Order: sequence, then structure tokens, then C-alpha cells
Amino acid sequence: MTDTTLLAPPPIPVPEPEEPAAPPVPRRSRDLRTEDVGVLIGSALAAVAAVWLVFYQLTLLSGAFGFVVCTVALFLVLYWSVNLQLHGRLVASDRLLSVAVGLGAMSLAIPLAFMMGFLVVKGWHLLSAHLFVEDLKGVPVIPVAGVNKTGGLAHAIVGTLEQVGIAALFGVPAGVMTAVFLHEVGGRFTRTVRTVVTAMSGLPSIMAGLFIYTIWVIGISRHIPFVQSYSGLAGAMALAILLVPSITRTTEEVLKVVPGGLREASMALGAPQWRTVWSVVLPTARTGILTAVVLGIARAVGETAPLLFTIFGNTVMNADPLHGPQESLPLFIWSNVKSSYPARINLAYTAALVLVIIVLFLFTLARVLGGTRGTGRVRSSKKRQVAT
Amino acid sequence: MDGAPVVAPPSVHQPSTMVPTAPGLQSERAARLEAHGICAWFGGRLVLDRVSLLMERSVVTALIGPSGCGKSTFLRILNRMHEAVPGAQFAGSVELDGVDIYSPDQRATATRFRIGMVFQKPNPFPAMSIYDNVLSGLRFSRIKVSHADDLVEEMLTKASLWNEVRNRLKSLGGELSGGQQQRLCIARALAVRPSVLLMDEPCSALDPTSTRRVEETIVDIAHDVTVVIVTHNMQQAQRVSQQCAFFLAAENEPGRIVEAGPTDVMFSNPTDARTTDYVHGRFG
Repeated sequence: MTDTTLLAPPPIPVPEPEEPAAPPVPRRSRDLRTEDVGVLIGSALAAVAAVWLVFYQLTLLSGAFGFVVCTVALFLVLYWSVNLQLHGRLVASDRLLSVAVGLGAMSLAIPLAFMMGFLVVKGWHLLSAHLFVEDLKGVPVIPVAGVNKTGGLAHAIVGTLEQVGIAALFGVPAGVMTAVFLHEVGGRFTRTVRTVVTAMSGLPSIMAGLFIYTIWVIGISRHIPFVQSYSGLAGAMALAILLVPSITRTTEEVLKVVPGGLREASMALGAPQWRTVWSVVLPTARTGILTAVVLGIARAVGETAPLLFTIFGNTVMNADPLHGPQESLPLFIWSNVKSSYPARINLAYTAALVLVIIVLFLFTLARVLGGTRGTGRVRSSKKRQVAT
Repeated sequence: MDGAPVVAPPSVHQPSTMVPTAPGLQSERAARLEAHGICAWFGGRLVLDRVSLLMERSVVTALIGPSGCGKSTFLRILNRMHEAVPGAQFAGSVELDGVDIYSPDQRATATRFRIGMVFQKPNPFPAMSIYDNVLSGLRFSRIKVSHADDLVEEMLTKASLWNEVRNRLKSLGGELSGGQQQRLCIARALAVRPSVLLMDEPCSALDPTSTRRVEETIVDIAHDVTVVIVTHNMQQAQRVSQQCAFFLAAENEPGRIVEAGPTDVMFSNPTDARTTDYVHGRFG
């Protein structure tokens, strides 16, 4: 008989306790390591130093522009060659291109930063709380003994807010309804209306002012008892003419993003079309429409030409938009920066700073509102999970 | 109400979990839909040629056939959504319980209220909560809802969605998965208590579990609502429908109904050779 010895299974190898492995180090990391930053800064400093040496010590070359151009060129050459030494040709070319593109982007930001810096420097020292409460009533243009007023922007700020507010009151519903007509209703007049809206959006802003001046200021308002010819209302109407095409075009783009399936679903439930637009389409496009409105208003805030012959300007506070000339921030800047008196000129720069701050605030607001997607879906941080 | 029902008694091939609609127990709410001589054009091109079909009350009718035969167009004609497409024209008549829905004194919105529709791609309203989605149909037609909470619960239960969303009725409609969204759309369509429910490939974008749930819903509601379902899935047609209509469009020809009849007859012993070929998967 053969000995049927059961072959025992081979012993299971017990792994020997090994030293804890070092944590894996990722290869080809795209993050800049310290030495890369060092190379960058070193090249920049070296370029500046070398060009300074050449310009101011060794040759008779001069001029800031030439200095900058030579520095940038030398910096790129140095950066490339150092990387070539350290990492090789491929990495050097890649880094060179990245840095060149970065410099290009920065150069776009430079004029903007320069302008902002300029405004801040010129307008900062007059910025204070009393700017917002005082106007130019009784403020002398040159210092007069015994009169301690420096004046403020209150009348201009109030004027801007009132004019833009009334313009929005007329312009926003008109713009949104036009967009709804163009996209949802359509029909025979769509092309005509769209052409008119496009033409209006190209209208020079002074034409809007001229139109209101001719029709209203020296026309209709002379026959209406409760308004005066120059008024904040006239300025608001001119601004509304500029608001409507901007809001219409952006809102129409937003309405296009709303999926057609939603309209079909609403129709299939037996809803009439106006109800579909009101209850489904507009709420879905709500954030986009808000962004369109805020951007339109931001444009209107900075308009000067349409206000030239509609509100006429004022040096004292006029909070009544229906009667009498008003002031507004852009108009204030225009009339005071040309003044011969430095006090007024400084105030004009401060007004420019205030205007820029208002516009920046509106743009930030538009970005915050536009943070949700156009279809109304909310970012996960804002999801509501309320138990019923 | 007609005495002789259109459907044959359920055959043994139907899965036992499906409760077939028993003839004679037809509900008051479900309506009978008759299409006579339907022709449809899109921008001058004929896409449906003299299609006639009777969809009896409380019966689930399946429209089967390859893509592009006009099944969805036919469906949209049944609830007056075809005319909303620019360049679309239509001939023939559609009668809901004997009343022609295209006659000038009938409002399209009232017709669509009675004949509801569920679409292939789920489309809950993303700006509304689940709760508001279910009630939206009634609100659009300005119908006052008493005991809204109960209605919402009833509709979501019918759509097999209640257990999954009962704790988050206020979250937005767009935050559900695809299958859940489609069930929400079904709940929304059922909330207005339609007489007829048209379903355009409702399960084609869904996973098998959601598909099964939707089919169970269809079988549940079939007693109170006449269901007309377009489907590419022939097994689904066999599972849920009592009556079938086979659409076919030859090349450069408009779509027509080749054959219509009880589902089990259509699948086991059809009259036309093309039907035999289609149900056995030889084309389509």
C-alpha cells in the first residue's frame, strides 16, 4: 500500500516585523519648492542689479521704461539658464513659459492697480465721516478767516442714490419684461425688438441725455405742474434708457440657460404660459437676473454725460428728485476737477474714490449673488436640510 | 360605460407580483381616450399618417416600436403639447370621454390638467422644494388645497418616494438622484388627479431598482388613471401593459400603427410579420 501521507500545506510565511516605511514622497510635484522660489527671486534681483549697473554706472542709457524692459528680458534669460543648469531643458522651457505668462497677466493688472493707487493717494486724506453729511453750502473756495467748513459730498451721494434708484425702478422691470418677451413669448416682432435693443445698447450715453433734455426738460415738463424742468427724475430717465438694453441682454442670456424641460413640465401640468414664466422660469433664473440687474446698475452709477443737461448740478443738498437740479458723484467730479481752486479739486478726487468704492461694492455683490448656479441649485454649504 | 372590455383576461405569463387590472372594476376618474385619424407634420414633413387608437379607461396601453416612428409625437398630440412646437401641424381628432379636446371651446390648459405627462428626462423644478414640487400643479391652476401635508404624503407614497424623503421635504427638488427625481415628477403629475397619464419612456434614464419602483407605481395607479406609456423595452411593455400598439415608420415614410391589441396576443401570436420580427428582436 502506498503510504498516503497527506502533504502538509506549506507553512504560511510570517512577515517579519519591519521598520516603519518612510511616508511616500510624491514625485514630480507641481508645487513650487523653496529652492524654486529662491531661483525666481534670485533671478529677479540679479536682473535688477545688473541692469542698474549697466544703466547708471557703466553707460549713459537712461529712462524708466528702458530699465523695466531690460530688467524683464534679463530676468527671463537668467531664470531660464539657472533652471537649465538645475533641472534640464524641458523643465527650464516649461518654467520660462509659466513665468512669462504670469508676467503678462500681472502687466494687465498694473494699470488697474496704478489707477486705484492714484485715486487712493489723491483722495484718501479727505475721506471722513462728515463727507457723507455735509454739502457745499456756504463753503468758500479759498480759505476765509472765520469759516471753518471744508464741505462734503452728501448732496452728490444722495443725488446718485436717488437717480440710480429711480432709474432701476423703471429700468429693471422694463428690461426683464423685454427679455421675457424676446425669449419666452417670441412672435412676429421679436426681430424688430431685438434690433432696437441692440441699437440702444450702442447708443452714446450723451444721446440719452440729449433725448431726455429735448423731450422732457424743455418739452413736456414745462407743461406738468408738479415737476420742474431740471430734476433728478430727468436724470433717472436718461439713466434708465442706458440700463434697459444692458439688463435685457444679460437677462436673455440667463433665460436661455433655464432648461426647456422645466417649461414642458409646467405646461404638462396645465399651467398657462404666464404662470410658467412667473413661477418656474423666473425663480430658476433668479440669481442670474439679480446679477444682470446689479451689473446694469453698476454701469449706470458711473455715467456722467446723460446727467449733464438733465440734472444740471447743484452745490447744496436737494433731496427732492422731482424739483430742481440735483448733483451726482460723476457730475461732481466733472465740474470740480476743472475748478481753479485746489480745495475743490481735492474734493473731486475724493468723490472719485467714493465712486470707485461704490462700484467695487456693487461688483462684489454681483459675484456673491452669482455664486449659486444659474438654475437655482445652491452650493453644498448652503443646503437646507430642515426636518418637516 | 362599454360592456365588453377591450383586454383579454391576464395570462399565466405575467409575473405573479403584478396585479392585473380586472375588467369590470373600472374607475370613475379614469377616462377613455380615442384617437381618430391622427396626422402630424413638422414643418411640412408628414411624420404620422392616419393613426387611430382606442385607449380604454383603467387600462395601461404601451406604444412600442423602433426610434423615430412618431410614438412620442403621437403621445404629445394626446395632451395638446404638439401644437406648442413651432412649425407643427396636426389633423384628426382626439376624444377624451367623447369630447374632442381640439375643439375651439376647449382650453389647452384644461386639457393638459386632465391629461398629465411624465417625460423621459426627469424635470423637477429646481427652485422649489420637494413639498412645493408636488403641489405645483395645483398651485398653477390656482386650486385651493386643504390638508396639503396629507396630499403630499399620499402622492409621494403612491410614487414610492415617501420613505426616502419624508425627513427632507423642504430640500430643493434638484438635490435628488435621477430615480428619485423621476418618482417626484410622477408624484407631481398624480397630485392634480388626472384622468389620463402619458409617460414618454419614463424609465429609460433610470437604474433597474428605480425602474422596478416606477413600474410598480404604474400598476398601482392603473385603476384610477388611464396610462399610456411609450417604451423601448419590450419586457417592460409585457410587464405593465394590457394593450399594445406597434408603431413603425419605413424609410422616408411617416409613422403608422402596424398592429394593436392585447399585449399577450401581440407578443405570442401577432398577426403581422413585422410585429413578429420586432418583438423577437430581429430589428429595432
